[in-house]
Amino acid sequence: MKLSDLFEETYFALTANKSRSFLTILGIVIGIGSVIAMISVGQGAKGTIESSIESLGSNLIMIMPGFQRAAGNQISAGRGSATTLTIEDANTIGQEIALIKAVAPEFDGRYQVTAKGTNTNTQIVGVTSAYPDVRNIEVEQGAFISEQNNQSSSKVAVLGPTTRDDLFGENANPIGQTIRIRGMEFKVIGVTKSKGGTGFGSQDDRIFIPLSTAQRFLAGNDRVSSINVQVVDQNSMAMVQEQISSLLLSRHKISDSQLADFSIMNQTDIISSASSITDTLTILLGSIAGISLIVGGIGIMNMMLTTVTERTREVGLRKAIGAKKKDISTQFLTEAVILTFIGGVIGVFVGWIFSLAISKFGNVSTSISLFSVLLAFGVSAAIGIIFGYYPARRAAKLNPIEALRYE
Amino acid sequence: MIECKNITKIYKSETVETNALNNVTFTINDGEFIAIMGPSGSGKSTLMHILGALDIPTEGEYFFDGKDVSEFSEDELADIRKNKIGFVFQSFNLLPRSTVLRNVMLPLVYSNISKTEREKIAKAALISVGLNETRFHHLSNQLSGGEMQRVAIARALVNNPTLILADEPTGNLDTKTGEIVLNTFETLNKEKHHTVILITHEREVAEHADRIIHLRDGEIVEDIKNGKNKH
Repeated sequence: MKLSDLFEETYFALTANKSRSFLTILGIVIGIGSVIAMISVGQGAKGTIESSIESLGSNLIMIMPGFQRAAGNQISAGRGSATTLTIEDANTIGQEIALIKAVAPEFDGRYQVTAKGTNTNTQIVGVTSAYPDVRNIEVEQGAFISEQNNQSSSKVAVLGPTTRDDLFGENANPIGQTIRIRGMEFKVIGVTKSKGGTGFGSQDDRIFIPLSTAQRFLAGNDRVSSINVQVVDQNSMAMVQEQISSLLLSRHKISDSQLADFSIMNQTDIISSASSITDTLTILLGSIAGISLIVGGIGIMNMMLTTVTERTREVGLRKAIGAKKKDISTQFLTEAVILTFIGGVIGVFVGWIFSLAISKFGNVSTSISLFSVLLAFGVSAAIGIIFGYYPARRAAKLNPIEALRYE
Repeated sequence: MIECKNITKIYKSETVETNALNNVTFTINDGEFIAIMGPSGSGKSTLMHILGALDIPTEGEYFFDGKDVSEFSEDELADIRKNKIGFVFQSFNLLPRSTVLRNVMLPLVYSNISKTEREKIAKAALISVGLNETRFHHLSNQLSGGEMQRVAIARALVNNPTLILADEPTGNLDTKTGEIVLNTFETLNKEKHHTVILITHEREVAEHADRIIHLRDGEIVEDIKNGKNKH
């Protein structure tokens, strides 16, 4: 039997009972459509979370001081409380390890800050000029901390947009104004662009000052709170992390890596743990929608079984005029697969419309990937084959003599 | 040529064995017009199924053009039906909601013949059974009984079969249209030299054939030449 004949026979069979074919297809449309829409919600959430983590900077490795533990003492202070990392560590990492784009050490502390008649308590971050590149920070007004500022330990400050709003009023221009940190006057030279994110740990609620100024006037020593390292590409992350670890161990004269006085966090690890949460969400949503797909598949099977019974005599005739078992089963299987395939195409379209509607009216970002479309087609074809197989086999197994006599 | 040698068919249910055919032996030459006659329960349907390669005998041999069909597999039987046999049924068995032409072309779908070629063969077959050309694109359920049966005969002809098997072809028709259908078979036999086997329980129908095989209780009771009824 030629393929074109097979499709022609299928066309005649499916159009013979249009309303039944339509309702059966509708079941698949709803199934595929809801799977596409639900997966798009999950994927959208994943994209949002990943991009907010990536906004920290790309290919980032963060080195934090470990906890403080005196020799022979089992009592630990909290992680990050030790002051074991120095600016020298940062410089050595930059000089000795290849595949590093930039190294940006920083010093953090919370201090009370005052301006004319207003005050706030915020994060003061001592940084070098490499910091904006490494942590994806852009300047909206004025300029960022320069190398020059650092060398001369100038008392200059760059405000985050939230801090600017708190101290000078919303969208005011603070350039050239003065703020006071711990009684010392700092001149505002710039404001960073908003990165979004609110509440605790907001990237916008902070003040940047030169690292050397922070060490000299706020910390009083040459320790740093963390070292941000930007690696040239994603593939080198693990290797660079390894090298930093052994470099720091030897610099700090620690032989057992279990006792390291620092910890290294890799941005990829953070993303992958966040992704695993959103993947679970996607699977959850997808499987709820998948139930309706199975119901649609059962609809296909129901229709095909009815069709086989109704067309018993036709099957008998076809066998009498020379159709083989394979011809009969291929014909019925093709009918089922075409039904699900049409349902799949319309379902992808409907799901796409729904996901657009969800992102427009529901304020949830959605994304349809090629993968989910291919998955939907694969699943709908598979459903056609799985649920069409039994009825097709039943038709093929009919005895021609009995089938011709069937009333 | 068709040869049946000692054909026996036994149907087994859980408790009873029914001997539908018992040691039936006969030969049919190419171009013969034969009626197989008998009352219901005589085994004529069983014989038709075996002759039509829809079933195989329990015992005995059935030679179709020299090949022993009695040992064939299901797919091999399907091939014999496709290439060598044309069926005409009492209840026509046309596809409803399909045109006359599509019904007649249907057997050729399984022979991988191109669509234009199929249409040519089907039209020729329809003309040879005397169906008006205006009817070709009608739906099969819009036709009269006599027309339906002639469409069914055309369908049996398209694969140019060695043997045409007609199972009570006039059973659902009135006497007049039945006569037209039987004349169609006669023409096909006399002019196109097709071998025709009529299965019937009516003597008047069997009288149209040149030879009558009379079955009763699964055995041949009479096998006679019928010369008196020639037009």
